[in-house]
Amino acid sequence: MRLVQGNEAVVLGALAAGCNFYAGYPITPATEIMEQMARMLPGRGGVFIQMEDELAALGAVIGATWGGMRAMTATSGPGFSLMQEHIGYAAMTQTPCVVVDSQRIGPSTGQPTMPAQGDVMQARWGSHGDRPAIVVTASSVKDVYDMTQQSFTWAFTYRLPVVLLLDAVLSHMRENIELPAVSPPSLPTSADSADSEDPYKPFGNHPFVPFSANTRTIVSGLAHDETGNTRGAVGPASEQILRDSLSHLDEDYQKITRHRNYRLEDAQWLIISYGITARAARAAVDILRESGVRAGLLELMTLWPFPELIVKSIARHVQGILLPELNLGQLVLPLRAAVGGLCPVAGLGRADGELFTPEAIAQAMISHSRKIERRVSHHA
Amino acid sequence: MPNVGNDLHPYLRHQMMPTVWCPGCGHGNIARAIATSLERLELDLGHVVVLGGIGCSGRTPFYFNTNAMHTTHGRVLAFATGLKLANPSLTVIVAMGDGDALAIGAGHFIHAARRNIDLTVVLYNNSIYGMTGGQQAPTTPRSFRSTTSPFGGIEPAFDAVDLALAAGATYVARTTTFDFAEMPEYISGGIRHPGFAMIEILSQCPTYFGRLNQLGDAPEMIEYQRNHTVMAGDESQIGRDDLLGNLPVGIFRQEIRPEYTHQYAELSQAQGGDYRA
Ligand SMILES: Cc1ncc(C[n+]2csc(CCOP(=O)(O)OP(=O)(O)O)c2C)c(N)n1
Ligand code: SF4
Repeated sequence: MRLVQGNEAVVLGALAAGCNFYAGYPITPATEIMEQMARMLPGRGGVFIQMEDELAALGAVIGATWGGMRAMTATSGPGFSLMQEHIGYAAMTQTPCVVVDSQRIGPSTGQPTMPAQGDVMQARWGSHGDRPAIVVTASSVKDVYDMTQQSFTWAFTYRLPVVLLLDAVLSHMRENIELPAVSPPSLPTSADSADSEDPYKPFGNHPFVPFSANTRTIVSGLAHDETGNTRGAVGPASEQILRDSLSHLDEDYQKITRHRNYRLEDAQWLIISYGITARAARAAVDILRESGVRAGLLELMTLWPFPELIVKSIARHVQGILLPELNLGQLVLPLRAAVGGLCPVAGLGRADGELFTPEAIAQAMISHSRKIERRVSHHA
Repeated sequence: MPNVGNDLHPYLRHQMMPTVWCPGCGHGNIARAIATSLERLELDLGHVVVLGGIGCSGRTPFYFNTNAMHTTHGRVLAFATGLKLANPSLTVIVAMGDGDALAIGAGHFIHAARRNIDLTVVLYNNSIYGMTGGQQAPTTPRSFRSTTSPFGGIEPAFDAVDLALAAGATYVARTTTFDFAEMPEYISGGIRHPGFAMIEILSQCPTYFGRLNQLGDAPEMIEYQRNHTVMAGDESQIGRDDLLGNLPVGIFRQEIRPEYTHQYAELSQAQGGDYRA
C-alpha cells in the first residue's frame, strides 16, 4: 500500500505500460505529471522533454512514436484546446499515443485550480473531421493508475490517440493504493513489420510499425490509402480506413466500455455518473436508499465510444435517470439519444468550480422522481 | 519521371512523381540538392528521415525514398524533435517553407535552434505563401505585392539567418537556387554538422510571387537572385526590406556547441539510465 496522488498515479500507470517518452508544457492542474516524468524517465533510459507549447508537446509525442517509443503528454483546458490539431493528426495517421487532460473550469483560463468535466465533448469532437475516439475517465487514484495503463494498450490496439479525462480534484487527491508488480510490455520492433507484403501497407487495418531501416513509410495528414499513397482519388480509400477503424471499435465495444454498477439490481431510479462526480453520486444512492428511494448508480469509465447498449439495457427497467456532471449539459446529450423514450432523463449541471455534494444529487433525484410521478398520475 | 541524372534515382520515391510543383518552381531545384547531398554523403537511406511542414515546400518528404513525415503547418520541428530523441542515430532532414518556419512555426523554429538538436532544416524561402495561392509571408519584402497585400506590403520582412543566429543555431547558411554548387555543399555541410543546422535557400515562385510582382519567368527570377545577393562579408549596402536587396549569402556560422541528444544522454547516464545519443 502506498499513498499516491492522482497525477502520480498517471506516471506510475504509464511507466507500468512501458511509457518511455514524455513531452509536455506546464499547466495547472496537470503539472505534477510532467514534473514526475522529468524525475523518473532519464534514469530509466526514457526521454523527457519540456516543449515550447502544447502543439509542440503532442507533435513531439507523435514523432517519438514513429521513432519507436511509447509516448504520452498531459495537459489541461487551454493546452487541450491547442492540442486538437495534433489529436486530429494522430487520428489521421493512426499514431498510438496517450493524452491526459486534467479538466479545470473553462472556457479560456477559467479557474485553473477548480475541477470541471467540461471537456467531454471536446475530447470526442474537438478536432475537425470525423475520427474514431476512445475517451476514458476515472474516479479514484487506483482507477487513474489502471486507466492510464489501459489507455496505452488501447492506443496500440486501435492505433489512435486515447484521451484520459481527469479533473483538478482527482489530480491532486491522495489515496492508498496497491501497486501491482508488472513488467512493461515489449515495444514493437522492425522484426514485427508486417512481413514485407507487397505493396507494404503501414496504414488501415494493420498493426502499428514504427520507422525502421526496413520501412519506407510516408506518414501524412493528407487523405491516403493503406500504402500511405496520397495521390489520385484516395478519398474513398481514406474514408474506408476511417470506417474500418470505427467498426473495429464497434466490434470491440464490449471490451472497451468499462463501467461499474452500484445497488442497481432492484433500482427504480438511476443515477448515471462519471469521474469525480461518481463519488458523490455513490453516496447519494445511499442517502436515497435510506430515505426509501430505490436508487442505483451506473458509473461510466468509458465515455466514448458512448456506452449506449449498457445504458439502454438498464433504462428499460427504471422510471427515471439523472445525470449530474460538472458542466452545463454535455454527456446528457448522447445519454438522451441513447435512452430515447424509454424513461425521462434529467441533467444536473454546475460549472462554478465546486463539486456536487451527495445531498444535492439526492435532492435532484427526488425532484426528478416527483415530477415524473406527478406526470404519471396526471396522465392516469 | 523528371530527368534527375541516374545517380539520384535510388534516393527518390518514383511512385510519387511527378511532383506537385509548378514548372519553373525553385522547390524542385532544392529537393534535387537534398538528393545530391544524400548521395555525396553516401547515407544509408534506412537511417534517414525526411520531414516537411505544410506548403509546396512541405511536400518534399513525399519524393524521397526514406521514411518520411508530412506533418502540420509550422509544427514540423516538434515532430522532428520527438523523432530524433526517440532514435538519435537517425539523420533527420526537415523541409520548411518561409511561412511555415517564420510565421506559424516561428516559435518552434527558435526553440529547436536554441536546443541545438541535431536536425537539418532546409528553409525554402520564396517570399510568399505558394500553396495557398500567393498571400503575404513574413518574408515578403515591404512594398511587394501578394494577394493579401494587393497595394504593396507595409510590413518589414523577417531575416531567417538573423533569427537562426540569434536563437542559437550552430550551422547557419543561405544561398539561392541560382547557386547550383552551393546548395548541396551547404546542405551536406548542415547534415554533417552535429547540431541544429539551418540552410535558407531563396527559391522562386514564378506562379505567384513572380507574376504578382512582374518579375518575369523562372530564369529571370533566378537571374534576379544572382544580381541581388552578395557573399557574406561583402554586404555593406544591405537593406533587407528590398527584395533580396543585396542579401548576404554564404555560411554565417559553423560552430560546435553541446548538442541536445548528447546532453540528454549525459543526463540520463548520470541518473543511471542507458539512453545513448
Ligand atoms: C493551421 C493551418 N493554417 C493554415 C493552413 C493553410 N496553409 C497551407 S500552406 C500555407 C502557407 C504556405 O506557405 P509557405 O510556408 O511559405 O510554403 P510554400 O507553399 O510557399 O512553399 C498555409 C497558410 C494550414 N494548412 N494549416
Ligand atoms: S505555387 Fe509557387 S511555390 Fe508552389 S509549386 Fe508553384 S511555383 Fe512553386
